[in-house]
Amino acid sequence: MGERLLTVDGLSTHFFTYAGVVKAVNGVSFTLDRKETLGIVGESGSGKTVAALSLMRLIPDPPGKVVEGTLMLGDRDLRTLSDEEMRKVRGNDIAMVFQDPMTSLNPVLKVGDQIAEAIILHQGKTKAEAWKMSAELLNRVGIPDADKRISHYPFEFSGGMRQRAMIAMAISCNPDILIADEPTTALDVTIQAQIIEVIEEMQQRYESGVILITHDLGVVAEIADKVMVMYGGRTVEYAGIDEIFYNPHHPYTWGLLGSLPRLDEIEKTRLTPIKGQPPDLIALPSGCPFVGRCAYERTECRDEWPALEIVGPDHGVNCWIPEDQRREFRAALPHFQEYVR
Amino acid sequence: MSERDTSGNIITTDVSISTVGERELVEDQFSGRSPLGLWADTWRRLRRNHLAVVGMCIIIVFLALGITQEFANLVGLNTGDPGTGYLAPYDPNAVNYELSPNGLGSAPSWSHPFGTDYLGRDVFSRTLVATRISMLVGVIAVAIALFLGLILGPVSGYYGGWVDSVIMRTADVFFAFPYILFVLLIMTVLGPGLWNVFIAIGILGWATYARLNRGSVLSVKAMEYVEAARAQGASDLRIIFRHVLPNTMAPIYVAIAMGIGGAIVTEAALSYLGIGIQPPDASWGKMISDYLTYLQAGSWWMVTFPSVALTVSVFGFISFGNGLRDATDPKLKE
Amino acid sequence: MSLLEVSGLKKYFPIRTGILKRTTGQVYAVDGVGFSVEKGETLGLVGESGCGKSTTGRAVLRLIAPTAGTITFEGTDIMAASRSEMQRLRRDMQIIFQDPYASLNPRMRVRDIVGESLKIHDIGTEAERKKRVFELLETVGLSAEHAERYPHEFSGGQRQRIGIARALALKPKLIICDEPVSALDVSIRAQVINLLEDLQDEFDLTYVFIAHDLSVVKHASDRVAVMYLGKIVEISDSALLYDYPQHPYSEALLSAVPIPDPTTERARRRIILEGDVPSPTNPPKGCVFHPRCPRAQEICTTAMPALSSTGGDAGERHEVACYFPARFIGGERSVASEPFEGATPSASA
Repeated sequence: MGERLLTVDGLSTHFFTYAGVVKAVNGVSFTLDRKETLGIVGESGSGKTVAALSLMRLIPDPPGKVVEGTLMLGDRDLRTLSDEEMRKVRGNDIAMVFQDPMTSLNPVLKVGDQIAEAIILHQGKTKAEAWKMSAELLNRVGIPDADKRISHYPFEFSGGMRQRAMIAMAISCNPDILIADEPTTALDVTIQAQIIEVIEEMQQRYESGVILITHDLGVVAEIADKVMVMYGGRTVEYAGIDEIFYNPHHPYTWGLLGSLPRLDEIEKTRLTPIKGQPPDLIALPSGCPFVGRCAYERTECRDEWPALEIVGPDHGVNCWIPEDQRREFRAALPHFQEYVR
Repeated sequence: MSERDTSGNIITTDVSISTVGERELVEDQFSGRSPLGLWADTWRRLRRNHLAVVGMCIIIVFLALGITQEFANLVGLNTGDPGTGYLAPYDPNAVNYELSPNGLGSAPSWSHPFGTDYLGRDVFSRTLVATRISMLVGVIAVAIALFLGLILGPVSGYYGGWVDSVIMRTADVFFAFPYILFVLLIMTVLGPGLWNVFIAIGILGWATYARLNRGSVLSVKAMEYVEAARAQGASDLRIIFRHVLPNTMAPIYVAIAMGIGGAIVTEAALSYLGIGIQPPDASWGKMISDYLTYLQAGSWWMVTFPSVALTVSVFGFISFGNGLRDATDPKLKE
Repeated sequence: MSLLEVSGLKKYFPIRTGILKRTTGQVYAVDGVGFSVEKGETLGLVGESGCGKSTTGRAVLRLIAPTAGTITFEGTDIMAASRSEMQRLRRDMQIIFQDPYASLNPRMRVRDIVGESLKIHDIGTEAERKKRVFELLETVGLSAEHAERYPHEFSGGQRQRIGIARALALKPKLIICDEPVSALDVSIRAQVINLLEDLQDEFDLTYVFIAHDLSVVKHASDRVAVMYLGKIVEISDSALLYDYPQHPYSEALLSAVPIPDPTTERARRRIILEGDVPSPTNPPKGCVFHPRCPRAQEICTTAMPALSSTGGDAGERHEVACYFPARFIGGERSVASEPFEGATPSASA
């Protein structure tokens, strides 16, 4: 890929609520290069959204707090920046597209105003210049009649178009990093395809790094270069895209892959679900959060978090099961009959 | 502890408190889905609001006093005559000219902490016994209004159409009239008397509860659990009163607290104007009305203590109501 | 005789504007839908937002009053049923909802939620009902001790199970599953899908499975109907739909669904449709899909084509509503330049 843009090391974000301390993110590390797409995969309670918001320093304090970790953007640690400096980073160096386009746009402001805001703020352009750029941006993300559309209000846009407008807002200042938090979850599948295409195009054009947060492994397979799997606030496995799908080492990853119905399955096979419920972030065990749902649980799993084990180039996993046993277990799973290496 | 489901998969049946989702934490804390359940969470937030807690204590004290006085009244305590009893250091109606030398009563003293009025009657006892009236009015008038409002409101909201239009336009009429004048009108028609006061105040209050409730009903009736009930063959009646109404009650509780406060004040106003209750019943309003002229003559204690009682009790209800409203508002950040 | 037969189903919602609430337009949510479901099978209804699949599901149960059409359940015309007949019919047809948070009354305990229908239809004594509620909870993988709790104490997947237990209480024959897993976490979805399959085998249930996720629908259904803007554009065995999509919309839909397999994904050719899904208040004249259709021609603007079979590899039971359907013969795909005669609309269109 390109130059290293972002290095996150040991990020931990906790929420101090009356019900207890919620360890939403616990010791998460990852890197992002230029033109690279990192997929952060997880379900509810995984901590993926909180991790992204921690990066942007958008965690409400109180009750939340980034308690540990370094967030190196280039040679600066984002945690050490002042509020003023951080504001310059947001929208300019790192931009974010949120999940729900219905509520992420201000309903009482024209779309053009909202896009122009970031431009005026970060690039010091005049309002007229910014409006012209907004129209251009809307055009670039594929909205027809962009010149007219910038004067419209969000309610006049459909869901897909709003999401495009959000992407236009995000790329308005040529950010090095684009974070997309479940950008397609609220959209119809044919619109989803359009939006993914727009994100890919923008990435090509601006040569940015993209962090895609999603629970949809299909979308990940579509555009991610590498994947980080999160569960209960921790990273359980990270690997390149092919490795994650064809050579996964963590039982949670196996479980995810085995529980997905596939459009191209030839004969109907029974899904293998992961038993149990999503984790309760207040009552996390001190060891592996996947405890209770893992079919291969051992005595050490509940009490101690396993150290990182490197199983291949750029492929790491945190699991107590020894590697050879893991391969055995995996080979026995129906989903992996074809892919065992 | 674990069980097997029908697929033979092991599922844990330990039900922990429902998960504290990330989105809730970050965007909208306690967005209605509290980990502890609605009432526990409400109580916790209420406790933190000191004014509301004070209000709650005041309410408890006054309601307790009112209940004891009502009980004493019914039983005929101290008089032997049911319907006239009281529980106080002195008989509130016992006239004693010696204690009112100039016809101006006597100032507060150790034996009469609130002093005596122009007829020598103990002001403390009178104030205490009058609590009964105020609390009765508050509770019964609101109960009448609630009963009407919580039938008309849900019916209006659930059925919509012309039923809704008719009921809501009628409520509008009630709202449009100046409240006191309307109450006066009804009292003139009905004549004075305690029960008439209840009815007059209560009958006008339905509009508030109906309209308030109708709004909640509109959003609740679109919920899927209402559809589910319909799919199971539930009758409209069952749906309205078993599914819809219980889920619209949160703002109603607040309105009740405020309503009681309002009813107490209205009764005081009516009695002050002379068309509320009649002697020998005494309410704070009546006392204020009777004693106001004596203020100029320097006998401040007669008016002051009933006024304070009135103010404090209403303050209690309103503060508690406010606190309750804040505590049940899921969007209010702490 | 099929368990459920639907023909010419229409549901229009009036749009009222202004002070006098005059009807200024209609939402053509369902506009001439017909299908049949055999006992023990699962029919999938798939489509994007605004296609009318949820409305169809609810109309079949008469939770929404259809504007037109006939719905026949076990030979009985539902539309003509009286109130008491409908009450009886409700015991045989139930529904599972999408949102596990909104579909359970937060003020009712689980035992009351699950047992309510028993009470409404006056089945059994108090003790018998209690026993049945425990039975139902066990059947869906919960336990008797959950009966005393309130919905907010459960996770999404568990609530969905409660909803399923509720639907099973009256021993229905047909269950409409309206997006039963869309609101659940990915790893929980598989649990519920498997549960529904097991229940189908155990209790000989028939499902109409409504969802927007084509992978899920295809997996869970025997046959799939693809809906667009209030109409069914294609209906076939689910296994054959992926291999032999005949309607251009089905093709686009299939190509848009991401497959969790990088190698497959890289090899795929994606058909990206232009524009947005048009609003059901103003459906296009003629074939509803023609404005976005890569194969549209003049005849497509005249009238909506009828559902009919092209035969070939796709089989006789595979029907499509298109003037230029893709045909599969001997493994070869072709699109004729002449309109398909079988698509000429019949009188009911």
